[in-house]
Amino acid sequence: MLAARANFLRFHTPEGITFSLALASPVTRCLASVVDIGCISVLSITLGYFTRALNLFSADLAMAVQLAGYFVLSVGYGMFTEWYWRGQTVGKRLLRLRVVDAQGLKLNFSQIALRNLLRCIDLMPAFYAIGGAVCLFNRRSQRLGDIAAGTIVIRNPIARQPDLDQLAVDKWNSLREYPHLTARLRQHVSPRTAALTVDAIMRRQQLEATKRVALFHELASYFKEVTPFPPEATEGVGDEQYVRNVADVLFR
Amino acid sequence: MIIDVPRFVTQERDDWQELEKLLERMEADPYRRLNLAEVRRFHFLYEKTSADLARLSTFAFAPEICRYLESLVGRAYGEIHEAREARSPSSFRKWFTETFPRVFRRHGGAFGVAVAILLLGTTLGGFAVRFDPEAREVLLPFDFPLETPGERVAREEGARKDLLGGKHSTFSAFLMTHNIRVSLLTLAFGMTAGVGTALMLFYNGVILGAIGVDYVMGGQTTFLLGWLLPHGSIEIPAILIAGQTGFVLGASLLGWQSRRPLGERLRAVGPDLLTLIGGLAVMLVWAGLVEAFFSQFHEPVLPYTLKIGFGLVEMVLLFIFLARAGRG
Repeated sequence: MLAARANFLRFHTPEGITFSLALASPVTRCLASVVDIGCISVLSITLGYFTRALNLFSADLAMAVQLAGYFVLSVGYGMFTEWYWRGQTVGKRLLRLRVVDAQGLKLNFSQIALRNLLRCIDLMPAFYAIGGAVCLFNRRSQRLGDIAAGTIVIRNPIARQPDLDQLAVDKWNSLREYPHLTARLRQHVSPRTAALTVDAIMRRQQLEATKRVALFHELASYFKEVTPFPPEATEGVGDEQYVRNVADVLFR
Repeated sequence: MIIDVPRFVTQERDDWQELEKLLERMEADPYRRLNLAEVRRFHFLYEKTSADLARLSTFAFAPEICRYLESLVGRAYGEIHEAREARSPSSFRKWFTETFPRVFRRHGGAFGVAVAILLLGTTLGGFAVRFDPEAREVLLPFDFPLETPGERVAREEGARKDLLGGKHSTFSAFLMTHNIRVSLLTLAFGMTAGVGTALMLFYNGVILGAIGVDYVMGGQTTFLLGWLLPHGSIEIPAILIAGQTGFVLGASLLGWQSRRPLGERLRAVGPDLLTLIGGLAVMLVWAGLVEAFFSQFHEPVLPYTLKIGFGLVEMVLLFIFLARAGRG
């Protein structure tokens, strides 16, 4: 039976805080591996062009450099990139994955090296069969190399400080003239809807124009339905501005 | 709890940004040491950001900010609570001549097990070839069964040109990479609780014993020693060290004589495994060079006494190195 997969790994700090890391799925990891195999192939071909130049001096030396170079590339690629990019290879960067310590501590070089050196057993007998099977059965999606090195692979979404200036309404807010209605609005709007509203406002610049209009129209219609305000409070206020006004009264 | 989120963010964001910048600097240079004032400030910022996260976590209206603070706290947590010493990279010479032999001795028991299993395989391979004529064809690798030891010695000693066709560098690179790959596999088989490692060592022992007895029975002991000792005196101990790494890994997986949890046990042996693998890789590079450029030349080009003497000197030096080097 497959182990119950945890999508998030939660850490409880001694300070009483809980933070979580989202685990990468075996499929995403597989895709990242495909990209990395492609990178190693490209590097090997490039190395081949350089070693061909050595043929001018000695064909024997050129072949030796090619053999040793391919070995170093295939074994060292993961180690070097994961060390240089703090847990990421090219494939992992593209798919926003990262290798981290399984206990949330600092990832050190011996962990990176060990998980890469043990890749040979995960690859056996072919195409990551052992590693893939272990990964599927492991609660934390670890392959054998990860278990030995004490590492996990997580999804690594970019966490930037949200631009709350977009949320703040500096102008006059007509809804504030009706404190009893704003109180009712706060009562009717669930935390989930409020969070969705904030998300919509903060990501509005990334939305396609028509979808942006449709989304804010839907949100505005919903808020107008759950708590109707008098026409003089909403007259001349566009859907997007109305939603921003609602967010303003919800959060202040 | 009711929080005016924009005002809260405006009040706190300078500290969050300061923590973020400090983390970026620390992550860019993992070996950088903070001074006391910086450590105090870092600790203050971590606790403050943690407290902010705790306040906002109860307020479901701000998921984006919570995610941002979680990422800051997560990164800072790793820096604050990491108890392992960040060892700055020592020089290659110091690592090879001091750290490697020390780590080797620390896990001497696992090396002993590796030696015992290899010897068991060698004995069995030797007995099989000695008492069962058919075993020769089954056990000997490559093209060894195609000719008798006497025929091979006559062919190699009588050769008027280089049998490797001048491809010594290629042969050397092949030997190094192949042997290091096999060693890595021997280490990795430690994840089968050492069973795979034991099988690898036993198999290599059987082949070694079979070849040895075949040449001794063929009356070619001097040739065998002259051919094997120069590189084998380093290569065979390197393979044994590969077995040692596999058994160290297997023992920590099983929790042999340890009450610590699995994660901690594996975390503790990781650096040692890396040191052993690095050390044996260096040994195999040397063995590859010797095998390609020295072992393959026989009498009359190189006298066997010179080759055997060279191999014995290497063996003694290696023994002294592993037994004595790095003692304080």
